Amino acid sequence: MSLDEMNAEDGSVREPYARVAQWLATVSPEQLERRRVEAELFYRRGGITFAVYGDAQGEERIIPYDIIPRILSTQEWSKLAAGLEQRVKALNAYLRDIYGPQDILKAGIVPPDLVWRNPAFRPEMCGVEAPHGIYVHIGGIDIVRVDEEEFYVLEDNARTPSGVSYMLGGREISIRLMPELFRSHRVAPIENYPNELLATLRSVAPRGTMSEPTIALLTPGIHNSAFYEHSFLADGMGVELVEGVDLFVRDDVVYMRTTEGPKRVDVIYRRIDDDFIDPLVFRPDSALGVPGLYGAYVAGNVTVANAMGTGAADDKVIYSYVPDFVRFYLGEKPILKNVQTWRCRDPEDLRYVLDHLAELVVKEVHGSGGYGMLVGPHATKDQRADFAERLKVHPENYIAQPTLALSTCPTFVSNGVAPRHVDLRPFVLTGADGVRIVPGGLTRVALRDGSLVVNSSQGGGTKDTWVIEC
Amino acid sequence: MRIFIQHRTHYAYGSPAKAVMQLLRLTPRNHDGQTVKSWRIDLNCDGVLKAGEDPFGNLTHTLALNGPISDLEVTVEGEVETEDRHGIVRGACERFPAGLYLRETPLTEADAALKEFAHDVTSEARKDRLEMLHCLLVGIYSAIKFDTTPTNSATAASEAFKLKRGVCQDLTHIFIACARHLGVPARYVGGYMLRTDGVTQQEAGHAWAEADVEGLGWVGFDPANGICPTEGHVRVATGLDYLGAAPIRGTRQGGAEEQMRVAVQINQARSQWQS
Repeated sequence: MSLDEMNAEDGSVREPYARVAQWLATVSPEQLERRRVEAELFYRRGGITFAVYGDAQGEERIIPYDIIPRILSTQEWSKLAAGLEQRVKALNAYLRDIYGPQDILKAGIVPPDLVWRNPAFRPEMCGVEAPHGIYVHIGGIDIVRVDEEEFYVLEDNARTPSGVSYMLGGREISIRLMPELFRSHRVAPIENYPNELLATLRSVAPRGTMSEPTIALLTPGIHNSAFYEHSFLADGMGVELVEGVDLFVRDDVVYMRTTEGPKRVDVIYRRIDDDFIDPLVFRPDSALGVPGLYGAYVAGNVTVANAMGTGAADDKVIYSYVPDFVRFYLGEKPILKNVQTWRCRDPEDLRYVLDHLAELVVKEVHGSGGYGMLVGPHATKDQRADFAERLKVHPENYIAQPTLALSTCPTFVSNGVAPRHVDLRPFVLTGADGVRIVPGGLTRVALRDGSLVVNSSQGGGTKDTWVIEC
Repeated sequence: MRIFIQHRTHYAYGSPAKAVMQLLRLTPRNHDGQTVKSWRIDLNCDGVLKAGEDPFGNLTHTLALNGPISDLEVTVEGEVETEDRHGIVRGACERFPAGLYLRETPLTEADAALKEFAHDVTSEARKDRLEMLHCLLVGIYSAIKFDTTPTNSATAASEAFKLKRGVCQDLTHIFIACARHLGVPARYVGGYMLRTDGVTQQEAGHAWAEADVEGLGWVGFDPANGICPTEGHVRVATGLDYLGAAPIRGTRQGGAEEQMRVAVQINQARSQWQS
């Protein structure tokens, strides 16, 4: 049995959910359905859509939104927040190390080939000092619960994590569509996220930046699945939304073309992948990036957030070492737990995984979005056999984890309110002046009965997350 | 041996470019058996050349020009003193451990055909790494026909291998892909080679591979010629593949129909100081 965050096993309602349970007892399915439709309209009108890669029609879809909020108590949140801060500090320390002195390799904690052969590792970043020593300015840490006590990290997202616009959109819906329920709780605010992001980005401007730093958000353009979020955040921060062609580099300084002439840019919040950042250094066929941007970064004239090469800290094998990073770099005991992970590159682990495929979840080391994974208990015999072959050919490409009984939350589905599995992606902001986390994050919910895959590309939905004082 | 090198790269634009930015890896460094006696970079126009070094230790120059630019010529010229070291490279600028050079890159990915080939040509010599690499060298030299027509600078090893044709860049990528697949760190070297047949005008620079051999360190293998580098080879830049060692990587803004022409002259310097 997995933990239900509202209904305890003894039939009682868990304290944080007391008012939600009362409310659910009074609303009819028709009222819930009406609100669901209104919420969908809100997203549609706002253009809050996403494109599904690999979808033949390639059309924009709305991520289903569940109007029943997910509740965390302040006590639960403060433990989680402390763990998140610690985790992201460790990730930054690891990146600072592998692109610098490489102490962790000398200490024999991480096998060197996991660094050198990691496709997301950027040799070009070696020996290059990141402004203020920060690599992951915006981290999305995916959290799951299996019991009341512990939070587990399922995945670290250190590249360009997305989803924050859904977090903020969900809050707006709660306030508009369920004002009574919302007002009956003391919900910690998250609306200040764009300001917190802006403050973070300002704080990491290169040392020696005169006056107020100029910040720009670099997007690959309107065809990107997260374009809505890019424009939403630029708007919310009051900074320019730019594409590569809007920027140029002269004498290792980045400028933005404006109607009043070139304007120096100090911090770039980039939402394009490493590969496309600078065609002189990375992919030469990239038309999305800015020629010379890497040189400007090396010269210390611009901050790129997140830094290039942060993906070296967030693949699924490196994940299994993050608790070691916490101990090695911070000398602390990890607050958040890791899910037990078998590294298939290790022959003993591989043997175990092959013997227990029916119980395990097998994931591609460099996969994301819920693609290319096997959920053993839900797979057919043929699917498992097929996966076993792939594992034997390229064991280094896979890790395996136990199938977790993710916690569930009450969710409005076609046949009424039912428990559905959830995870949580809080967004952790790291600036030169400290770590900022708005309370909560994006709750993703697997809408299909029994499904454990919460990814929006795999039919997952979202919920508003309330951190409340009980 | 003292080698004179002159390498001209000329770009002409159908309509003038608004701006051009290039990253040049055109300056050799010294190491055992290679001493740069003189070297200079010239441009046919006013521009800023900023000297630097990339993380692999290659000397770089960043060139930024603001247009209109209808043509651009970059010329490097100099003399390098060399000695035959049987392809063994010592005293070079090394920024990374050999293990880094097992990374796959898009240009050097080994597909099933390349993997099979790598195993086949080395089947007799799996135990001794040096012997294995020589088998690979000879195997590629005899399997791939030198042909400048079917491939270009973006051709991956697997594509060239399928065609069984290519230029020194393709043969080098094939060598690297196979060596890495066999667990041997390998890297790309961009440079020049003095031809032994007396021809001094060449259409491009040269490229070959280096592989890491226990006890010897980096050893060069020139699959386009089926030999290890001699005193006729001049190393300029190394990288994981062509992109990391390319003599010129450039971008431009505006300017239609770029035409590039390369002329390389390499001859033995008639040096009166030669001992």
